[in-house]
Amino acid sequence: MSDKGGLHFEFDVDGGNFVSAGTASERVKNTLKQLGIAPFTVRRTAIAMYEGEINMVIHAGGGKAIVDITPEDIKIWLIDSGPGIEDIELAMQEGYSTAPEAIRMLGFGAGMGLSNMKKYSDIMEIDSRPGEGTKVFLQINLQKVQNG
Amino acid sequence: MADKKLHTVTLEQDKCKGCVACMKRCPTEAIRVREGKAKIHYDRCIGCGECVRICPHNAKKVVYDDFDIINNYKYKIALPAPSFYGQFNNIDNLGIIIEGLKNLGFDEVSEVAVGAELVTDATKKVLSKGAIKKPIISTACPAILQLILIRYHSLTENLLNMLAPVDVVAKLAKENAEKKTGLKPEEIGVFFISPCHAKVFALKSAFGVKEPLVQGVLAASDIYFRLLPHLKNIKFSAEEPKAGMAGISWACSGGEASGVMKDKYIYVDGIENCMNVLKQLEDKKLDHIDFVEMNACVSGCVGGVLNIENPFVARSKIRELEKYLPKYRNNVEFAGKDLDFFQWEVNPETNDVMRLDEDFMVALKKMSDIDAILKGLPGLDCGNCGAPSCRAFAEDVVNGEADLSLCNRKEDAENNG
Repeated sequence: MSDKGGLHFEFDVDGGNFVSAGTASERVKNTLKQLGIAPFTVRRTAIAMYEGEINMVIHAGGGKAIVDITPEDIKIWLIDSGPGIEDIELAMQEGYSTAPEAIRMLGFGAGMGLSNMKKYSDIMEIDSRPGEGTKVFLQINLQKVQNG
Repeated sequence: MADKKLHTVTLEQDKCKGCVACMKRCPTEAIRVREGKAKIHYDRCIGCGECVRICPHNAKKVVYDDFDIINNYKYKIALPAPSFYGQFNNIDNLGIIIEGLKNLGFDEVSEVAVGAELVTDATKKVLSKGAIKKPIISTACPAILQLILIRYHSLTENLLNMLAPVDVVAKLAKENAEKKTGLKPEEIGVFFISPCHAKVFALKSAFGVKEPLVQGVLAASDIYFRLLPHLKNIKFSAEEPKAGMAGISWACSGGEASGVMKDKYIYVDGIENCMNVLKQLEDKKLDHIDFVEMNACVSGCVGGVLNIENPFVARSKIRELEKYLPKYRNNVEFAGKDLDFFQWEVNPETNDVMRLDEDFMVALKKMSDIDAILKGLPGLDCGNCGAPSCRAFAEDVVNGEADLSLCNRKEDAENNG
């Protein structure tokens, strides 16, 4: 437990297999359920994080996911050293995708990833440098009363 | 909703060898091995039957009522499940089964398959109103309903709020019998012939209804052996079964969904498959699907642990029986009831058993301790400690239910690592 009274997790997201991707977000989802976080919040967090995880698998050959859970919020950092995003504004548009056809055929890469991450989080920040990598920050606020 | 006094499965202490087969198999991690015996945490048990199926020593006993309880009632009504019809060889006329049940001591037989048809029709009408959030999840399998209430709380708004076919038939049968016989309600006994113990538990706990609708739940296997000698003597029966194909098809996976929907439906069977689909539903990966039927048993109700015939053969028999039947022989209008009659009287409540603590800060601390303990465990999930996984063991340690010294594989792991 960190100084502020929270949980800290780090996950290596394997870039090899995108069909089984989502292990980290599933682990976080189960943890949030065990903590008694409201179902609606659990679901938002799991969806936003899953999208980030799958993005790293599809576009960046994997990466790292860091998750901090405190009584105030859930903070998620998704860090990869993939190709980076050329035009973040364009990438944020629903349906815009640079995923290869083979991946789209499997139902992934529909261009909803970044927009869903924004939709299901309270704060989303992207820092990306073409050729260097991408760092996505997601924050999901927790309601004050979790026991109610 | 789960009554702690009610058990789904019990353990025959003498037969249990304390192996880890059931513990490793349990989808909700409800079993621990303590002092050489399997111990079931009933608040986590969903009644899926996996432990009963896998136990190599037949130490798991399914809870159901004794046949003789029917004699406590003046008028006895049998409610055979659709899957019951799949248990018999060489029967092509369901009238023979109905007559056999009467010879066995029942005054009346009311087919659950008729209820299934009514529920199918009522479901279509309820869905056309669009009041339930899609993808709509079927609640006919009580093990799946329990699983959702324990682990998938965000999906409760997707639950189909219909009564199970047996509930509908029980209500109709009792009502009709009161009129027909003039007996008091307490003199009439309604008995379900069940394919599984999840149904026993559901009916006794009154899932979705104000109070239990049946007076007893009998095992298909028990009735089967009692019925066989009677069936031999029946060459021809004048009994007329009332169910159509849409009702009888509920015996197998897909029967409900294919009756309710034309397309955009999936049907899933087997508890592991169901859990994978529930996970995807939770992550909104299946929002393009309108209706999801889920059965904990492989092949659906014909796969229930109280049946005799293997589910694949039973399924084939059900197909044969359906062949010459019209699709529908019953509908809501014919039954003369409002849609309310077919819907939940009370909404089943979610269960917080997975939660580490009521207090969020305490839960956070516990989770932190669990992670710290987990880092020191071998990660083999061997089960030697009596918990199904290293994570479950760490949780038990933090909850004061197990001692860290129970792990005897730490050194093995270190040597291998």
